Amino acid sequence: MQKLKKYAASKAGRDTLLSFGIVIIAFVVMQAMLATGSVSSLVQSLLVPICAYIILAVSLNLTVGILGELSLGHAGFMSVGAFSGVVAATTLADAVPFEPLRLALAIIVGGICAAIAGVIVGVPVLRLKGDYLAIVTLAFGEIIKNIINVLYVGLDGAGLHFSLLEQRFELEEGGKMIINGAMGVSGVSRLSSFTSGFVLVLITLFIILNLINSRAGRAIMSVRDNKIAAASIGISTTRYKLMAFVISAAFAGMAGTLYGMNYTTITAAKFDFNTSILILVFVVLGGLGNIWGSIIAATLLTVLPEMLREVGNYRMLIYAILLIAMMLFNNSSLKQRILEKRGMKQMEKLENAGQSGKEGA
Amino acid sequence: MSFLNHLINGVSLGSIYAIIALGYTMVYGIAKMLNFAHGDVIMVGAYMCFCATTYLGWPSIAGVALAVLVCTMLGVVIERLAYKPLRMAPSLAVLITAIGVSYFLQNAALLIWGSSTKSFTSVVGGQPIQLFGGQLSIAPVTIVTVLTCIVIMVVLTLFTSKSKAGTAMRAVSEDKGAAQLMGINVNTTISLTFAIGSGLAAIAGVLLCSAYPTLMPTTGSMPGIKAFTAAVFGGIGSIPGAFIGGILLGVIEIFAGAYISTQLSNAIVFAVLIIVLLVKPDGLLGKRVSEKV
Amino acid sequence: MAMLEVTSLGISFGGLRAVDELSMKIEKGGLVGLIGPNGAGKTTVFNMLTGVYRPTDGGIRLDGQNLIGKKPNEICKMGVARTFQNIRLFSNLSVLDNVKTGLHNEITYSLMESLLHLGSYRKKERAMDEKAMELLEVFGLESVSDYKAANLPYGKQRKLEIARALATDPKLLLLDEPAAGMNPNETGELMETIELVRKKFGVTVLLIEHDMKLVSGICEYLYVLNFGRLLAEGIPGEVLKNPEVVTAYLGE
Repeated sequence: MQKLKKYAASKAGRDTLLSFGIVIIAFVVMQAMLATGSVSSLVQSLLVPICAYIILAVSLNLTVGILGELSLGHAGFMSVGAFSGVVAATTLADAVPFEPLRLALAIIVGGICAAIAGVIVGVPVLRLKGDYLAIVTLAFGEIIKNIINVLYVGLDGAGLHFSLLEQRFELEEGGKMIINGAMGVSGVSRLSSFTSGFVLVLITLFIILNLINSRAGRAIMSVRDNKIAAASIGISTTRYKLMAFVISAAFAGMAGTLYGMNYTTITAAKFDFNTSILILVFVVLGGLGNIWGSIIAATLLTVLPEMLREVGNYRMLIYAILLIAMMLFNNSSLKQRILEKRGMKQMEKLENAGQSGKEGA
Repeated sequence: MSFLNHLINGVSLGSIYAIIALGYTMVYGIAKMLNFAHGDVIMVGAYMCFCATTYLGWPSIAGVALAVLVCTMLGVVIERLAYKPLRMAPSLAVLITAIGVSYFLQNAALLIWGSSTKSFTSVVGGQPIQLFGGQLSIAPVTIVTVLTCIVIMVVLTLFTSKSKAGTAMRAVSEDKGAAQLMGINVNTTISLTFAIGSGLAAIAGVLLCSAYPTLMPTTGSMPGIKAFTAAVFGGIGSIPGAFIGGILLGVIEIFAGAYISTQLSNAIVFAVLIIVLLVKPDGLLGKRVSEKV
Repeated sequence: MAMLEVTSLGISFGGLRAVDELSMKIEKGGLVGLIGPNGAGKTTVFNMLTGVYRPTDGGIRLDGQNLIGKKPNEICKMGVARTFQNIRLFSNLSVLDNVKTGLHNEITYSLMESLLHLGSYRKKERAMDEKAMELLEVFGLESVSDYKAANLPYGKQRKLEIARALATDPKLLLLDEPAAGMNPNETGELMETIELVRKKFGVTVLLIEHDMKLVSGICEYLYVLNFGRLLAEGIPGEVLKNPEVVTAYLGE
């Protein structure tokens, strides 16, 4: 018990407990409500997307909050995960009849493909700095969207067929198109469920929080705080930047598969710049580097526009105003003063401690 | 001959990007922020001109004047209300606020004008000029667009290098604190920059919709992003850089669409941007800034 | 053979010759000062020694191994650690984590163990905690180990930076104006700490300093830099009396 108390008092411990606590309690409450039938079909339809957005926000927080590099193309990795996951799930339909296992395999494939995309994007991008880096991630996100938009994938007895720009292959009898260019994917069996989403959220939290509280995580944060100092104590800044970026992309891919397998049709256009921005908004409002903040922001901001449906056409306008208002408040002198006071207190405590120490000696 | 046609179309589109990029680069230079709402100011400008000419029956020139006036004020108001309180805040906070402003403008336009596309009547009338026995045709709006862009570039260059307000602008973008100590009114200077940038956006919006006459609430977002790309391409903060970047981007986009694939033209534009930045991390004409250790 | 051998080192930025024809030799276990007026190129020398800048000409050898063209992190692994004139801490990390980050290449475990917290994770983390606390105790920082580094007062930040550098277990420690901004009392304390560190960790020290009391108090040998060139070298007592050095500092 004493140990747990001490753990909860440390920053790492508090973040971990809060993150898992929020997710587990929310899941249990939701399950209870689902069992009593008190959940509207609208909210039910949001459960899997919320799980996917939580994973996306937490993974993007690794890039933006922990590594400290602005990425505006997270939806690109989500897209890679969604489409590669669907291809994997369709290919495995006969070989793996057990659906949860097939979903798990599809998620792994989605994660791996997104990680590969992460390496391809990360190696050139991470050489740049600041806003330049941001604009190039945006560019990559658009490129990924454009390429998937002209991608044709079909499956028949002879295996998978790929082509770009137009369908250049003929399928055998009984073959089927999986990705059909700009039409995207249609007629997929929906494998994702709230429970699978919940499990994936837990796995994501476990791994990302572990990473943050480890040797590699400290190296990543040291690169964020001071790149030159990090290199001066023997940390390879390129290696740890790429590591954070690729892990972030991998989880975005897994979330993409989860998200994609929740619908019967998906198109590349869904995963555009606006989706990347949406995820970034979750991260910034939840607090940079704050994992449980990302969880809450992703949930609230996914539900909020749906709640605002009652106000009809005004909902996105209100959403926009709320967004601006929240950012202004977050950085207002009011909040600043509160924070400053806290910092001053720590300073004072320190000086008092120093003085009493001297008196004692 | 089709090559020449594509080239002319490319330069015309590029001129529009260049005008937007000029505004973007000035705002970025002084506020050091990615102003994602800039593209939506373009859209507002186009709607203003559309309303004046189509609903009120004003002459084109009056429509353009109204667009410039409204957008100039809009730019100043946005800066005062949304960005000024965040001047000390981390750049990400400003970025998200800019995105909020962008959503706001798009959805306000949606409420006012609806989601249906409006067909914009070109502000430049007249028949296309036929050359080489009709093989090459140049629309008057193309000529006006290119000329406008060149004039704006020259005037802006002279303004920032010669005028007192322009010098103040450069001083503020270098170092706000030092500029203030030199007696420069930082707030006025920033407002002026936003005013000029937004006014340019209005002109670009009118020209954009004259060349590509579909107008809807999201009309400005993609050109806005591409113009920012153009500004980065040329070296952000640099006026000739924004001009060259804009023209190049337009030409690449039209050529990629004509000779490779229209569906991939955006991808190709962005791929070229990435390659340029990898070779020259500060853009074509950008200044190298290195960190002091 | 000297531990650090610098031969005819030079660097140009555009047309500006920041350091020219600099040669130095530092023996193992030495405590050597690099002094000179502002803008003489002292920090530039540190930046070349640690791979932040690549020299245009000349050579740097540490225990016979070439350092030219190596990246900063590789040079650190070869045994050179440094502090910075404008303190560079990991300001959002705790004091303890700053030092633990310094132990990055000293106590290691794999990425898998990082992600899953399995295997030797707990054992290695505990070892890191203990080692880091030991270092913090040397600098009297153990009571503030859980503070955010940015919230420390200036003098303690300087000490933390030295502790972090020592965590990398260097052969050669480069201190860039360690006493800057300190009052005489603090400077005196710092001198003792530097002496202690040298004995306790067996580390060779090269330091840049303006505080002549510190320089003459603890340095065994001095190099004086002026306009990027070596103006004088020798034991402090002689060098500080050298009329050229006095002129360089005080002007004509």
